[in-house]
Amino acid sequence: MDVRREYRMGDNVVRALNGLSITFQRGEYWSIMGSSGSGKSTLLNILGCIDRASSGIYRVGGEDVSELDDDDLSDLRSRRLGFVFQSYNLIPQLNVLENILVPLFYQDNPPENSQERALELAERVGLADRLDHRPLQLSGGQQQRVAIARSLINDPDLLLADEATGNLDSKTAQEILDLFDELHAEGKTILLVTHEEEIGNRAQAMLRLKDGQVDSVSGLSATPR
Amino acid sequence: MIESTFVRTVRMGVRSLLLHKLRSALTTLGVLFGVSSVIAMLAIGEGASIEAQEQIRQLGSQNVILRSVKPVEDQVSNQRQRVVSYGLTYNDLGRVSETFPGVRRAVPLRQLPEEVRFGQKAFRPDVISTVPAYQAATGRVVEMGRFLNEVDEETVANVCVLGYEVSRALFPFESPLGQRIKIGPDYFTVVGTLLSRVRLSGDRPTPGSESQGEVFIPLTTGTKWFGETLVKMRSGSMDMEEVQLHEIIVEVEHAVNVPMVAAACREMLSRQHTQQDYKVVVPLELLLRAEETKRIFNIVLGSIAGISLLVGGIGIMNVMLATVTERTREIGIRRALGAKRRHIVTQFLVETVVLSVGGGLLGILLGLLIPIGVEHFADMRTVVTPGAPVLAFGISAATGVIFGIYPAWRAATMDPVEALRHQ
Repeated sequence: MDVRREYRMGDNVVRALNGLSITFQRGEYWSIMGSSGSGKSTLLNILGCIDRASSGIYRVGGEDVSELDDDDLSDLRSRRLGFVFQSYNLIPQLNVLENILVPLFYQDNPPENSQERALELAERVGLADRLDHRPLQLSGGQQQRVAIARSLINDPDLLLADEATGNLDSKTAQEILDLFDELHAEGKTILLVTHEEEIGNRAQAMLRLKDGQVDSVSGLSATPR
Repeated sequence: MIESTFVRTVRMGVRSLLLHKLRSALTTLGVLFGVSSVIAMLAIGEGASIEAQEQIRQLGSQNVILRSVKPVEDQVSNQRQRVVSYGLTYNDLGRVSETFPGVRRAVPLRQLPEEVRFGQKAFRPDVISTVPAYQAATGRVVEMGRFLNEVDEETVANVCVLGYEVSRALFPFESPLGQRIKIGPDYFTVVGTLLSRVRLSGDRPTPGSESQGEVFIPLTTGTKWFGETLVKMRSGSMDMEEVQLHEIIVEVEHAVNVPMVAAACREMLSRQHTQQDYKVVVPLELLLRAEETKRIFNIVLGSIAGISLLVGGIGIMNVMLATVTERTREIGIRRALGAKRRHIVTQFLVETVVLSVGGGLLGILLGLLIPIGVEHFADMRTVVTPGAPVLAFGISAATGVIFGIYPAWRAATMDPVEALRHQ
């Protein structure tokens, strides 16, 4: 399956994104950079199917998202997307294991071995001994690792990270970024939104945004359309 | 999956509610009190109603009861001794039993203010002199021996039949049959005992007596020994009363004729009596009135229950709306992770229902305890019908759903992007 993601959009009122188009290929690791107000977040929301483009087309693997209704979008999120947020966004009343399992909870036919998968992922992010802990009992880095495990539980086509290291100290941030490198090496498609050059440079390719439009693309031979 | 989605949703809901234990507990109070008051009031109402119906049924729904009532004294009695003559007469009895159509029989009753003694024990039960037909008209059941019969009546025999309470009080260990007890100045042989009526809290022991109960003697015997004149002590003065009959139980052949016979009795008595010294009691009318009262009571009860559950429901809705706002971010996260609108609706609806059903269950528990307490302390009869807790449970669940829909809908229709940005 060829995963191409196209988008072209224009927000009539704010014009957070003003007609930009790009294609991300499966297996690529991109960083999306830009100053605040450049449209990074809007772009990420649209890519993450929690926001819709006012006009234009966004295709996930050839499927036009604008034609999907709310339920279909939710379904698409739970099956094909993984989110990592700046502020971790774990659910406070659930423990680590349950937090990891949340995306599967919303799938119509969750895989049989979800429990084992969650354990594997917890182990992978180094939290196998903290499965019963609540998010507030964990450090920021640990919480973010739980969030990453959660984003991987549904084996997503696309991993979206929004300033994933923004709240972490540099050492912890490095660990998280190492984890992303690993995931990329395993063939995951990752889009990392950041405003730090240093972090942005770790990605395979970089997309710079300015005023809702593509400022520059570097690193990969992806051609803006 | 080991557990079903539903179980997980409920568990998650409970977990969320436990995050704010005090808040959740307070929220359930509204429903708790609503439900418990519904059950308790239903039980008390049902108890009172059954009690009333029982009392009326004991009078006999096919009967019309004529009672002598002492008329209001119009002149201040300055005479120290005076015979007041009032009440139903043998003439009345004759007219009713012989000329009224549709009357099966008319049973006369006299009440004698006599003391009953056996050995050292003395009681003041109702000493009732009556005819053998009394048993058939009131449906009393013989426990031991027999009731009064025609032979007793004709031979003016000194026999008596004890009511349950008297027989137990006088003869706790031995058989009362054949024993001789003293009623007033004379000895009577016990020929039988009756089973007790269903004990009613309305039965108050007559003032000054240690025990309640009844002793039956033949009408003829009663008249022979105790005469027509009754002497009552009252505030130091002697009061003589002459009453021929205290009560006439008119048994009607068919229940449909009861109103007609009752009307005829009233008509006849008003013509025969110059003063209002009688009372006509129609159990059937009382029964209908009791049912009407119960209906009104149920309506009032229903309104109160409705209002209290409405208040409880609004309380829950209020808290859930606050919870939804407070957990906006969680909703955003869940939506981003793939929760559909209906998942969010289910989540919050389940939480609301858990709250209301939890309150409902505790309310049922409390509602079952209250009647026990009422019965114990207020000496009132209560009856918890099995339908009441079921109804209350259903109502509390429905309250949860009804008042949960709006907050859940609010949560589900939030824009995920906005929700995620919410702090």
